Amino acid sequence: MTAQNVAFWVLAIAMGAGAVGVVRSRNIVHAALFLIVVLVGAAAQYIVLLAEFVGITQFFIYIGAIAVLFLFGIMLTRAPMSAGDFDNDQRWPAAIVSVFLLGVLIALLVNAFGHDNIKLSDELLRASRTGPVADSIFRSFVVPFEVVSMLLLAALVGAVVIARRD
Amino acid sequence: MALNQYLILSAFLFCCGVYGVLARRNGVLVLLSVELMLNAVNINLVAFAAFTRNIAGQVFALFVITIAAAEVGVGLAIVLLIYRNLRSPDLDRVDQLKG
Amino acid sequence: MLRNAWIIPLLPALGFVAVLLLGKRLPRKGAELAVGTVGASFVLSCISAVQWIQRVDDHPGKEAVGGFGRALLPTQEGGVTAVERGFTWWQNSNVKFGVGIHIDGLAVMMLFMVTLVSFLVHVYSTRYMQGDRRYTHYFALLNLFTASMLLLVVADNTLMLLVAWELVGVCSFVLIGHWWEEKPNSDAAVKAFLTTRTGDVGLMIGVIVLFFAAGTFDIAVINAKALDGGIGHTLLVVSAACLLIGIIGKSGQFPLHTWLPDAMAGPTPVSALIHAATMVVAGVYLGARLYPVFFRGFSIGDGGLNAMALVGGVTIIIGAVLAFVQRDIKKVLAYSTISQLGYMVMALGVGAWVAAIFHLFTHAFFKSLLFLGAGSVSESGSHHSFDMKGDMGGLRRYMPITFVTFVIGSLALAGVFPLAGFWSKDEILVTAGQTGYDAFLYVGLVGAFLTAAYMTRCVYLTFFGEFRGHGEPHESPPTLTVPLIVLAAASVAAGFLNAEAFGIEKFRDWFEAGVPLPTLEHVEFDTVKAVISVTIAVIGIGIAAYLWFQREELGPFRGFTQRNAAARAGYRFLENKYYLDHLYENVIVGGIKGLVARASYWVNQHVIDGVVNAIGRGTAIAARETYDVIDQKVVDGAVNGLAETTGETGGLLRYVQSGRVQRYALTLFAAVGALSLALWLVY
Repeated sequence: MTAQNVAFWVLAIAMGAGAVGVVRSRNIVHAALFLIVVLVGAAAQYIVLLAEFVGITQFFIYIGAIAVLFLFGIMLTRAPMSAGDFDNDQRWPAAIVSVFLLGVLIALLVNAFGHDNIKLSDELLRASRTGPVADSIFRSFVVPFEVVSMLLLAALVGAVVIARRD
Repeated sequence: MALNQYLILSAFLFCCGVYGVLARRNGVLVLLSVELMLNAVNINLVAFAAFTRNIAGQVFALFVITIAAAEVGVGLAIVLLIYRNLRSPDLDRVDQLKG
Repeated sequence: MLRNAWIIPLLPALGFVAVLLLGKRLPRKGAELAVGTVGASFVLSCISAVQWIQRVDDHPGKEAVGGFGRALLPTQEGGVTAVERGFTWWQNSNVKFGVGIHIDGLAVMMLFMVTLVSFLVHVYSTRYMQGDRRYTHYFALLNLFTASMLLLVVADNTLMLLVAWELVGVCSFVLIGHWWEEKPNSDAAVKAFLTTRTGDVGLMIGVIVLFFAAGTFDIAVINAKALDGGIGHTLLVVSAACLLIGIIGKSGQFPLHTWLPDAMAGPTPVSALIHAATMVVAGVYLGARLYPVFFRGFSIGDGGLNAMALVGGVTIIIGAVLAFVQRDIKKVLAYSTISQLGYMVMALGVGAWVAAIFHLFTHAFFKSLLFLGAGSVSESGSHHSFDMKGDMGGLRRYMPITFVTFVIGSLALAGVFPLAGFWSKDEILVTAGQTGYDAFLYVGLVGAFLTAAYMTRCVYLTFFGEFRGHGEPHESPPTLTVPLIVLAAASVAAGFLNAEAFGIEKFRDWFEAGVPLPTLEHVEFDTVKAVISVTIAVIGIGIAAYLWFQREELGPFRGFTQRNAAARAGYRFLENKYYLDHLYENVIVGGIKGLVARASYWVNQHVIDGVVNAIGRGTAIAARETYDVIDQKVVDGAVNGLAETTGETGGLLRYVQSGRVQRYALTLFAAVGALSLALWLVY
């Protein structure tokens, strides 16, 4: 059991609990906070997998922006800060479906990737540095990059349009 | 490390997100669940990037993050609008497309 | 001319068309055309007769006497052959429909007689029918009739004969009903036509049977086959019987004679021409023309009794007896015609072919003479009436020519020597006696007695006694009397053509020649029988004269029929013409009309209409049922059901569209899971 493994398992358990918390919490703010736990855990996982840039980006954007945005949203929609029942009437069908989905996915994954291992190496580390990632973005994936930029712009404008008071 | 670890973790997160999307009444909570699903996908991508020693997966994950941000912005705007119109963030009230 | 004898019927036919089209515009209203064509035909007929006689006389085999026959059969070596000329009008596999003429002695004789009488009648009619409402039409039809009769005479096949026969019947119908505005006249015309038509059924069947028996319509071939056994006996009997029915209808034999007296409703010249001299003898002519068929069919040569002689004999008596109780002079003559036609048919029936034809020849002259005389009387004497008892009497003082000619005609009819009727009737009687038909000899003698008697009555009532009519009787103008004189001369002279007592047998020689006949008995003149028949005739005249001329002294006889019930019944029986008319019209026709018509009506109303109505009702019910059940319930039910199902399904499916996105998402994810599982399992 390597250190990465241990790290993985710790993070995994935390993330799992956080995820369950997100969907089962009776308090919106608690749910948001659980999500932050998950996000942090995800970022940590990225770093374990030697994807540093992605991890840092996750921190900045997800936790720094999106989570905050969520908290704003909760505030603006006068979400009840107290405990409430936030489940709609299809709880059980949803549970069944998600469990079923989980089962299928796990079966598939075990079947397909049962014997595959991740080898963490220096080469991977070197390749995952910001420099090569940036190179990749601006060379190989420049078109998606541009498209995503446009998308961001559109989303920005759209959000403003939708939410403005007129 | 086994690849499957990450993948199963990702699957678990994803299914929690699915449950949340289906079962939560508040729009914000639904968005939270969607974020959960997106993160699960990201983990998947990065794991495969490590497995195949190809950083395309990481690049893709970056893009996903970006798009997630955009999506949250728009999503919250919509939830805001719903709240403004229906006086309540309850998604069950949004049934104007009822047949 | 013999080969071109087809012109003879053609001229009056053209005359018919011309008179119809142009007649009204001509100065004499078409009469001149009509008289002209018939006159021309007469001249041509005379020429034909002369040529034929020359042909016979020049023929080398004339002296050869084969057995009993004087003239040889055309089938025998050296016999005189008939002149034939024709062409095939239409051929259908083996059946040939020919058109042609067949000129032999019989045809030539008939041509001569028909054209002569027709010509005289035409001339007579120009005066008699003057001022008539349909003068032109009358002459046109008289021409057509003449053409038809001539066509009948020269026809060389049974189909042509049939056509001409029918044409003659139609002309008779039209001419009898010339004054059709008065219902009795049109009734008489219809009666004539229908009665002869009844007989025509037999004729047509006979023609058809003969066709199938002999394989052809050609008369010469049929006769030859009948003579030499080419046709089976049964077929001959059948065809002869059927043809006899046709003769009965057309020639006024018992029982289809009832139309002749009624036909007197037509103009008198018409009666003279058609119902004395020509049309009614068409039946006799048919018998003569197809004699081998009859001879072999009825086994005439065997003596005893046969249908033809029987029919003729009965007719003689019936006609003669009825002539006694008539008031109308034309009706007397009509019954007399019936009786004389009976003589002719009987003659054919006893094997006296020449005698029958000879009697036909002579009878034409004196009967038409008598009719035209009656017309003259009515025209100038009795003020257009034919009632002897009512409007005539004592006319001999005022109408001498008419009187003399009428008496000559009567004596000829009665068979008094040496007038024409004597010779012809005598020959019939003699033949009957000598060919084994004794019964008919006596019938003929009785008939002669009666003939003499009723003619005397007729003459007396018309010309003797006091004038009972009104108006000024006077003699008729020459246009009427000249034909009378001509016919009277003919009545005197014609008999001498075959005056066997003097050894003259011209008639037979000339006119029997060329006709295919079985070997017939040619009897020699029997003085004894001749004397007997003349005596009987004279006795008849005498008794009648006594009864009628001496009426006033007949105390006990006067009013006999009124006092004696039996006599009265007998008189009434005769008066009603043996109730035959009653039988035909009321019993037979009425029965059919009443019963069959009523039955048909019942069937129509109840059965047929019932069926139709039932079908209609059934259809209506079916329609309603279809509507109620099928349309409303089944079809509409299906349609509605479908709609309802769709609606309900929609209603159910509606719940899927809850408008709630999470619901949709649920479904989506569930499907994804299921499909991927399926995919994995299958793959």
